[in-house]
Formats: sequence, structure tokens, C-alpha cells
Amino acid sequence: MNKQVKNAEAALDGLESGMTVMLGGFGLCGIPEACIKAMSSSTVTDLTCISNNAGVDDFGLGLLLQKKQIKKMISSYVGENKEFERQMLSGELEVELIPQGTLAERCRATGAGIPAFFTPAGYGTEVAEGKEVREFNGKMHILEHAFDADFAIVKAWKGDTEGNLIYKATARNFNPMMAMAGKVTVAEVEELVPAGSLDPNEIHTPGIFVQRIFKGENYEKRIEQRTVRPRT
Amino acid sequence: MALDKQGIAKRIAKELKDGYYVNLGIGIPTLVANYVPEGISVEFQSENGVLGMGAFPLEGEEDADLINAGKQTITVKEGASFFDSATSFAMIRGQHVQLTVLGAMEVSENGDIANWKIPGKLVKGMGGAMDLVASAENIIVAMTHTNKHGDSKLLPACSLPLTGVACVKRIVTDLAVLDISPEGGFVLRELAPGVSIDEVKEKTAGKLIVPEEVEEVKV
Repeated sequence: MNKQVKNAEAALDGLESGMTVMLGGFGLCGIPEACIKAMSSSTVTDLTCISNNAGVDDFGLGLLLQKKQIKKMISSYVGENKEFERQMLSGELEVELIPQGTLAERCRATGAGIPAFFTPAGYGTEVAEGKEVREFNGKMHILEHAFDADFAIVKAWKGDTEGNLIYKATARNFNPMMAMAGKVTVAEVEELVPAGSLDPNEIHTPGIFVQRIFKGENYEKRIEQRTVRPRT
Repeated sequence: MALDKQGIAKRIAKELKDGYYVNLGIGIPTLVANYVPEGISVEFQSENGVLGMGAFPLEGEEDADLINAGKQTITVKEGASFFDSATSFAMIRGQHVQLTVLGAMEVSENGDIANWKIPGKLVKGMGGAMDLVASAENIIVAMTHTNKHGDSKLLPACSLPLTGVACVKRIVTDLAVLDISPEGGFVLRELAPGVSIDEVKEKTAGKLIVPEEVEEVKV
């Protein structure tokens, strides 16, 4: 099954204003740069974006925030973005903050046919407000639900034309769960190879979860906190 | 003399035991990795998806695809592994991580912790903190005893929005080491060199329990 498409624009065919989109990445690590750029050049607006973070002012999802294409962000941590802060405080942007592990599990549940699950994270905090609480093994848990995502957009290191994906180091993060969760899942990869070139033992995301795949160009891979030790 | 950040980290490092998997939060907790006692083996987990974190990379060897949960470039040690975020939090909620060290803005005398939100100010989000404190068996808080206004951070009840309830076991501050009593209250275990019981009493707004034996912090 050849799932290769030409570029980000082709991969995002059918993405419309008002849709809910999952985007992989942790900070700027493992984000789908090519698709975000293509979205920022498009006219789609009123998006609900599910992503652990919201990029920085001039990179990642910050590009979509600048152009006011995002109506609502669902994230766990949004600290490094001034435009985000401005839009949130002025009420232009709706923000739902959820615990990181809950975010990961809600993405996983979405793709795994699990409508909801109980987790201890957030019990007794404002995250639990309005949610069903139940005791298991003497400990309190809250009910969290799966998402409903029109598109999931992920970034992998290597992929093949069948849509099989391999991630690199900590750029894996949310990408595998989100890949499972989209009604349409788009994968952009640094290296796209013919089916049969990747070792089936090493596949992280099986191609069944991916509908469209393309090779992204000129990855910038910006580092947020360059931390080094000096050479002695 | 009160402990500085490095001193707090050194004291917490003495809590590490051979074979522990440990999650360190951002700030003072990160420094704990520099003081692993000799002769023991511990692995550091970072919730963005790595076990076996090593030192920061040498200049010029940074890899944008290899960072910790503070988004800093890192390296990994031999035997390290990478995994996705769901697996990472399975390790955390499933209690496969033996020790969590994190910072706090407030801790209450029953072990509640507040460290993610100040209403009316910028809200950055809780990241993985709520999952960590809801699940870890052993949670140590590293923080200063008072905030920058001089107000106690050890309170009868937290005033800020909570991160988790009744979860903190031990607190290491610049002044003292304190345990949360199961009946409620901060049990004074150790004093920083030159710090008096009276000073800790004065700077602890919550109930302070002073046992007969209080040791001096050794770092």
C-alpha cells in the first residue's frame, strides 16, 4: 500500500477550518516542522490543537498563533511563548491545560478504542473539577476521556512508503500515540525509503496507523535550551 | 549557615540508593545528579522519554533530538533507552520509578503540594508534575524555606492551586530536613549548620514537631 504523497500541502488535503488537530513533539523536539509551515501558509483557522507545548514565538506552533489560526490549545505546558500569553490573557485563545501523562494516555486511548480511563493524576486539584471520581485499591482516581482528532500530524526520523515509522532519541515523545489517534494521520520524515528497506523488528509505529507520508525538507530542528559542558 | 542550592542537592543525593530509578524536576532537583554517592548505581528518568541520562554534551556535540524534560540538550549513558510519552508515564504511574525530587511553591502539613500555578499571573501549565506526585511512592521536595517575600512555604494548608494531595514525604530546604507526619505536621529531622530550632519555628507557618533528637545536616 503506497501512502507516499508529494509534500506537506498534499498531505494536509482536507484539513479545514474548525478541525481538531494533534501535533507531535515535546518543546521543539520532534515537531512536524514541514506541516506546521504549510498550515501557517494556508488559510485554515479556528483550529483546536492538541500538542504538549505551543512552540516559541517564531517557531513551531508559534507560527500558527502569530497568524491567529488557533482557537483552542490543549497542552500540558505552554511557558515559552509571549504571543501565546498575550492571546490567552486577552481571551482570544482558549486554553485547556492537562497533566502530561494524562495527555499522552488520552492520545493513546483515542487510537486504541478506549473511550475513557481512570488515572490518579490531578485528583484533588482543579483538573478534577466536574470529573467522575472513583476509588480503586484505596486510592482516588478521576475519569479522563479519549480525544476526537480529525488529523494527527507526526514527525519521524525514518519512514517507508507503507507508512512504517522509526523515531530518533527523545524526538519520539508524543508522536507514536498521536499517530494512532488521527482520523487521518500524516507522517513527515527526514528519510523516506521504499517498503522493505526498514527492519520490521525496529518499527516503532506500524504503517496501519498512517494514511499519508512524505519527506520533509530543510529541517531546522531548533534547540530551546542549548546546554553544554566546556571542552577541557 | 543555611544551605545553598548545591547544599540542598547534596543532602538530597544522600537519599539515593543503589538500584533506584529517579525522576528529577527542573531547578534544584536537577543538581542532585551531580552528587550521586560513590559506589551506587542509579538511573535518571526524564519524562519526555529517556532513561539513563548522562552529562550535558560537549560543545559542538549537541543533538536537537536528544533533550531532557527541561528542554536542555543532554547525552545518555551506556544502557540508556528511549520511549514514548505513554510508556514514560506508565513508568511513573506504575510506580517503577523509586524516587521523585521536585521543587514547590508551597507544601502543607499534610503533604499537599502546590507548584504549578499562581492565579492572576502567567499560567505555564503543570507538565508532568501532577502525574508524578499522584503516583510516586517517595516524593522529596527541594525548595527554600521561605519565598522571596520572606513568607513561609511550609503551611497549615496550601493557598495556591494544588498539584497533588497528601503526597510529599520529605522536604529539604536551605534551613532543615523535615518529614511529613502521617498525623499531620512537619517533623524536624535535621538542621542546616548554624541554623537554630527557633529560626525554623519562626519560618514554618504550619505545625512544627520537634523531636528530642535533631541532627545537623551533613553534606
